[in-house]
Amino acid sequence: MIDTINAFVLFANFVLVPGLAYGAQLALGALGITLLYGVLRFANFAHGDTMAFGTMVVILFTWFFQQNGITIAPLPTALLAIPIGVALTAAVALATDRLVYKHYREIKAVPIRMVMASVGVMFVMNGVVRFIIGPNDQSFADGLRFLITARDFKKATGLNEGLAIKMSQALTVGVAVLLVVALFWFLNRTRTGKSMRAFSDNEDLALLSGISPARVVAVTWIIAAGLATIAGTLYGIDKSFKPFTYFQLLLPMFAAAIVGGVGNPVGAILGGFVIAFSEVTVTYAYKKFLTYLVPTEYAPDGLVQLLSTDYKFAVSFIILVVVLLIRPTGLMKGKVI
Amino acid sequence: MSNSLRAVLGFGVFFVLLFLVGFYQSWNVMLAIFNLCLISGVMALGVNIQWGYAGLFNVGIMGFAALGGVAAMLTSRAPVASAWQAGGSNLFIAALVTLIVIGLAVAAYRKIRPSPMKSLIMVLIIGVGYFAIRTYFDPAVLAIEADNPAKSGFLGGLGVPIIFSWAIGGLFAAGIAWLIGKIALGLRSDYLAIATLGISEILIAVMKNEDWLTRGVKNVSGLDRPVPYELALQESAWFISQIENLFSNRLDGLSEAGRELALRGLVVEYSSVFVKLCYSGLFLAVLLTVLLLCVLALASPWGRMVRAIRDNEVSAAAMGKDVTRRHLQIFILGSAVVGIAGAMLTTLDGQFTPSTYQPLRYTFLIWVMVIVGGSGNNLGSVLGAFIIWFIWIEAEPVGNWLMQTITSTLEPDSGLRRHLLDSAQHMRLFIMGVVMLTVMRFSPGGILPERTAAR
Amino acid sequence: MFLSGDNLTGGYGGADILHGCSLGVEKGEIAVIVGPNGAGKSTAMKAMLGMLLIREGQVTLDGRDITSLTPQDRIAEGVAFVPQTSNVFTGMSVEENLEMGAFLRRDDFSGTMEEIFTLFPILKEKRAQLAGELSGGQRQQVAVGRALMTKPSVLMLDEPTAGVSPIVMDELFDRILEIRETGVAILMVEQNARQALNIADRGYVLVQGRNRFTDTGEALLANPEVRQSFLGG
Repeated sequence: MIDTINAFVLFANFVLVPGLAYGAQLALGALGITLLYGVLRFANFAHGDTMAFGTMVVILFTWFFQQNGITIAPLPTALLAIPIGVALTAAVALATDRLVYKHYREIKAVPIRMVMASVGVMFVMNGVVRFIIGPNDQSFADGLRFLITARDFKKATGLNEGLAIKMSQALTVGVAVLLVVALFWFLNRTRTGKSMRAFSDNEDLALLSGISPARVVAVTWIIAAGLATIAGTLYGIDKSFKPFTYFQLLLPMFAAAIVGGVGNPVGAILGGFVIAFSEVTVTYAYKKFLTYLVPTEYAPDGLVQLLSTDYKFAVSFIILVVVLLIRPTGLMKGKVI
Repeated sequence: MSNSLRAVLGFGVFFVLLFLVGFYQSWNVMLAIFNLCLISGVMALGVNIQWGYAGLFNVGIMGFAALGGVAAMLTSRAPVASAWQAGGSNLFIAALVTLIVIGLAVAAYRKIRPSPMKSLIMVLIIGVGYFAIRTYFDPAVLAIEADNPAKSGFLGGLGVPIIFSWAIGGLFAAGIAWLIGKIALGLRSDYLAIATLGISEILIAVMKNEDWLTRGVKNVSGLDRPVPYELALQESAWFISQIENLFSNRLDGLSEAGRELALRGLVVEYSSVFVKLCYSGLFLAVLLTVLLLCVLALASPWGRMVRAIRDNEVSAAAMGKDVTRRHLQIFILGSAVVGIAGAMLTTLDGQFTPSTYQPLRYTFLIWVMVIVGGSGNNLGSVLGAFIIWFIWIEAEPVGNWLMQTITSTLEPDSGLRRHLLDSAQHMRLFIMGVVMLTVMRFSPGGILPERTAAR
Repeated sequence: MFLSGDNLTGGYGGADILHGCSLGVEKGEIAVIVGPNGAGKSTAMKAMLGMLLIREGQVTLDGRDITSLTPQDRIAEGVAFVPQTSNVFTGMSVEENLEMGAFLRRDDFSGTMEEIFTLFPILKEKRAQLAGELSGGQRQQVAVGRALMTKPSVLMLDEPTAGVSPIVMDELFDRILEIRETGVAILMVEQNARQALNIADRGYVLVQGRNRFTDTGEALLANPEVRQSFLGG
């Protein structure tokens, strides 16, 4: 019996809790991609680098605050810098729209041209981020590291296995829940939010109803940039910040958005968790977990790892492919906010 | 300005610049740049087939180029007998089991009627199959990688001349392109972009981690060459006498000892130039062949159909053209050309290093070449490749110089100055991105726009 | 006339589709545009809405020249339009559809919504349901309701009865008559010419972008030539 509990705690510590936090981060990123898709109708390849840019701004201001002794311990100082990061990133997103994407909307270019332009934007942003903060790992997390440490947990419960909950993980899930609630309130209850849904649903009819496309597009960019900055910051506090990693997050985020049904915000959240948990469960080594559960003589020799962690993109990719083959509209029907 | 005049002018300016590099820097540098220009030209042609002919947006060029690289390595390397002995039989069984599992899964997918039972059976086949494969695969990998790990630790390849790998690289890339195309073509156009981005990241991850196959990040160096080695040339009496004849007036009038020394220097320098020239010849042959085939194909009825599909998919489909099939064909062809170029590149490098495959260099830069040169125009893509590669290489010294100048007023060891100097390299990315966006926005046709009937 | 287009000539940028076509409708009137396929009926209506490149002629609303206004500007001026297809927000509830119709209004529009619910009682019943889940006839009601939310002075309907059953069609025409009673000018394009002319105060028969017959609905129905050529005897 005690072994079963140990096994469960072990699983929770290495799979459930990290998966929950990672899923929340992916969900926020995928929400931005899905909203942009719904309104502007193209897959934004620059989203990962928008995330990197926003996080970089947050990091720079976090350092500034830390140097000047402005902290909000036990919470990480980065929280204080997030509003600045969101504001600057939203401004950059709006400027990019004005300089790049607006033209393609006006000439009614095929969507793939917008995708291509977004790839150009991606590299420009990538260059800017690397130029300002460099290509290397940056740490900026401070404040309390653990809400519950593994040792405290063991002491309190007397179990062999500890369950650690990092501040960053709790914060990620908490912030994500708040943001999602706020976003859905906005989309379903406010005039602007509803007009965004209407625009995504039926652009021509929205125009006939007097909804201003410029305003809808601007609001969408601001929300997407805000979500990207916050998701990136949470990811950075939880793991670490490295520009290339953020570029690579693009694939799981796209996968999450498509798996959930492109253009569908509920789907994006669902997709985020599907991808995150698949990644974590498939790359987790079950040796110890199984050792607790089966009689000693059957304990496995190998790591019992389905896939090496080097292949975690492969997981999102395979899920993406399976969904595209079996149900191209995604789990929730896509294309409508 | 007419297109042919632009082409003459464009290539003219390029070759003048290239010559200046040769004259002021060195002939070796010039040829090094030129060889990569040629390879980039082939790669750009591959991308142009996909984008220019069919509007397919491939964001995974890196992956297809890397497949060519693997092909070059696997084709030319001699098989490692001891590794095959250690793990070959298990690997063979694992391959057999994989085939059986795939066969069963496909059969079950086709034969069983849709029901929850079907899903369960599918999951069971794949799950049990996976463990069965791993049972044989894991020990094979362990055994192979334990075999002389410092020097080898992998299976090796076929041991045939590396020149064959150019074709094999094309085949590898075509195979993966077929798989991706089957899945993503016919769906919304951006899915292909996402799918290619994904597959290229995965391909690189496989190459970095499957040591038994590629030696992973330990790299494989000292690949076979299709051209003579410099050292062999320097020993060859024939080559020395050729150099002696070529530079007789420079060598005449020197003292015996001075002449010996000067000749030695020339032989060393020009052995390297000679090798590069040999490569140039081979690459140029490939480039011209591919270019010729592209031009002929585009002018043929097939090319007209392809362009008709690109310009109006709906009406082409209404006229009974199988759009998805045509797209698949084009996607495979283009990827194969990129694969060929990838194999050529690894051949030139003489080593296979998975960690050098960066999306910026292998995907993005090629895109800039195609867009700047003129998407849809084959000659334009080649010109774009030449010019952009030249800028990419020469931008580094220029950029560094620029940064030095800008920061010269700052304290020599101020943090800002050091940071700016260190970061100068990332400006290349930024500038290339801006170039791409600007050309797309203001001159969507590029330097040599596609010739189209007035629309 | 309240809304009138005079001598309209133009198209979608290519060849002209309308050739000196004239249309109009008074407040409290129904005007119907009929004609064979490809006669430019919908195009003529789109010209009135500003979705066409007009080379010659002008459109006036209540005496004001609105030829150069964009569709959005005309909507703000009190013109409402119900497209033939995809005329509801399928992913939004019935009530939200109506709210979006009132997007330009900054005042309290709950009164207008009540009026629409009185006009189309079924919509009140299904107010929380997604418009995409409704039947064809109910969707048309949502579409008309959405357009009425701005309290327009002109309502344009592009084939409102396309693809609905005859019973639903009769019901829809009854509602349209009710809307007329509120003093709205109604301009509509109809494929079901006979039924439409029955309720029309004014009828326009277009052929190849030109006016062929213009008269009251009654007179057109009585005209043997019209009956022969356009009403199937």
